[in-house]
Amino acid sequence: MPKLQVALYWAASCGGCEIATLAIGDKILKLAEVADIVFWPVAIDAKYADVEKMTDKSIDVCLFNGAIRNSENEHLAKLLRQKSKIMIAYGSCAVEGCIPGLANFFNASMILDNTYLDTASTDNAGKTIPQTKVSIPEGELDLPEFYNTVKTLAQTVDVDYFIPGCPPEERTTWLALEALISGKLPPKGTVIAHPAQAVCNDCPRVKHEKKIKAFHRPYEIIPEPDKCLLEQGLLCYGVATRGGCGAPCPQANMPCTGCYGPVEGVRDQGSHFLTALASIIDATEPEEIEKILDGIVDPAGTFYRYSLPDAMINRARIKP
Amino acid sequence: MTDFEPKIVAFLCNWCSYRGADLAGTSRIKCAPNVRPIRVMCSGRVEPAFILRAFELGADGVLVLGCHPGDCHYAEGNYKALRRMMLLKKMLPQLGIEEDRFRLDWVSASEGDKFATVVNDITEKVRALGPFKTKEETKVA
Ligand code: FES
Repeated sequence: MPKLQVALYWAASCGGCEIATLAIGDKILKLAEVADIVFWPVAIDAKYADVEKMTDKSIDVCLFNGAIRNSENEHLAKLLRQKSKIMIAYGSCAVEGCIPGLANFFNASMILDNTYLDTASTDNAGKTIPQTKVSIPEGELDLPEFYNTVKTLAQTVDVDYFIPGCPPEERTTWLALEALISGKLPPKGTVIAHPAQAVCNDCPRVKHEKKIKAFHRPYEIIPEPDKCLLEQGLLCYGVATRGGCGAPCPQANMPCTGCYGPVEGVRDQGSHFLTALASIIDATEPEEIEKILDGIVDPAGTFYRYSLPDAMINRARIKP
Repeated sequence: MTDFEPKIVAFLCNWCSYRGADLAGTSRIKCAPNVRPIRVMCSGRVEPAFILRAFELGADGVLVLGCHPGDCHYAEGNYKALRRMMLLKKMLPQLGIEEDRFRLDWVSASEGDKFATVVNDITEKVRALGPFKTKEETKVA
C-alpha cells in the first residue's frame, strides 16, 4: 500500500497544536510507518512554492491548525484545500477561532494602533505601522494583509473533519489518526472525539443540585477536592462543553474553560453556557441577582473565549 | 434615516403577555406595527440564543414579555428568564449591541395598555438607534 501523503500547517495559532501532534509520543513511529509528511513548516523544509507545484488532491490528509486572520492564512487554506483529499480543522483555532478570535471584539486598526502606537512600552516616534507593500532600493517587499475579522477554517474553505481542543488531547489526536490510518472514516463533518456528551460526563467530581449564591475567580478560593467546581462558584464550563478530553482541568483543580467547543447539537456555545449559569443562580430579586452577576467580570470574554468567530454574533459591532 | 422601520421580534408568554397583546387588539388600542410576535409557553422557554439568533437574522430589536413575578403559570419560569436576560444584558454591550435594542418586561393578560406602551417605547428607541448590522465588512472571501 502506498504511504499516506500528509501535510500539516499552522495559520493564526500559538504553536501549541504542533506540540499536541507530537504529544502522541512513540505512536509517531507508527505514523511514520504508514505516512510521509510532505509539508510541515515547523519541522521540515518545504516552501509554499513546493506546495503550489503539487498536483491537485495529491495530499491525502491535511491537518490544518490556526484561525484565518490574514491574507497569508487564507491563501494557504485555499491552496491546501485544493491539494488535499481530506481537510481537517485541527484544534480550536481552526475549528471555532479560539483565542485569536477574541480579536473580533476589535477591528484591525484598533489592534494595530494599540500594538504599534499606544502601548506605554512602545517607542515608535516614526509611527511605523506594518504596510502590505513597501519599496526599498532592492525592490518591493510585501506583508500579508491583516483582516478586520478572524474567521474559522470552515468559514473559509470546505472542511471534512474537526478535531477539537486547545490543544487537542493526545487521545483525541490518536483517535483521529487511527481512523485515518485504518481508512475507517466517519461521515463528513464529524467532530472527532471520544463520545461524552459534556466534560461533566468525564469529570469524577461529585455533583449535586446546583444553586449558586456567589461566583469566584480561581485565585480567590481553594476549591474542595471532590466537589463539582461549578457548585463551588467557579465558572466551570464543563456543562456546556463537548466531552472526550477526559476532563484533565477540573481534575487539576482548574475549572473547564470550554476548549472542546459546544456540545453536540448546540451552535452557539457562549449563550448556552450563559443560559446554564443564569439558571442556577439562587436568587429572584433583581438587586440580589445583580450582585451575584457582578462576580462575572467579563461575560462575553468568558463565554466566547474559544468560539467568538463561530458564534451567532461573530464579532463586536464597532461604531465608526 | 426617515424610511427606516425597525423590525422587532417579540417573544410573548402564552398565559399572560400574549393575552395582553390580544387585549390591546380587541380594545383597539393603537400601537406600533413593528413587532413580530412569537408565542412561547413561558418566558422561561426563551433561551438567550433565541435573542442572538434574532439579531443574527436581521432583527433590529428584541422584546421578551412574561407574566409578572409571582404570576408565572409554571411558578418559576419568569425568574429564570429574569436571571438569564440580566446576564445577557450585561454581555450585549461587549458585542456592540446597544442596551435599548433588547428589553425584558412583564405584561399581564389584563394589561393591553401596558403592552402598547412597551411596544411603542422599544420601537421609538430602536428607530432612533437605526438598523442593526452584525456582519461588518470583512475581507475574507
Ligand atoms: S407562563 Fe408567563 S412567564 Fe411563565
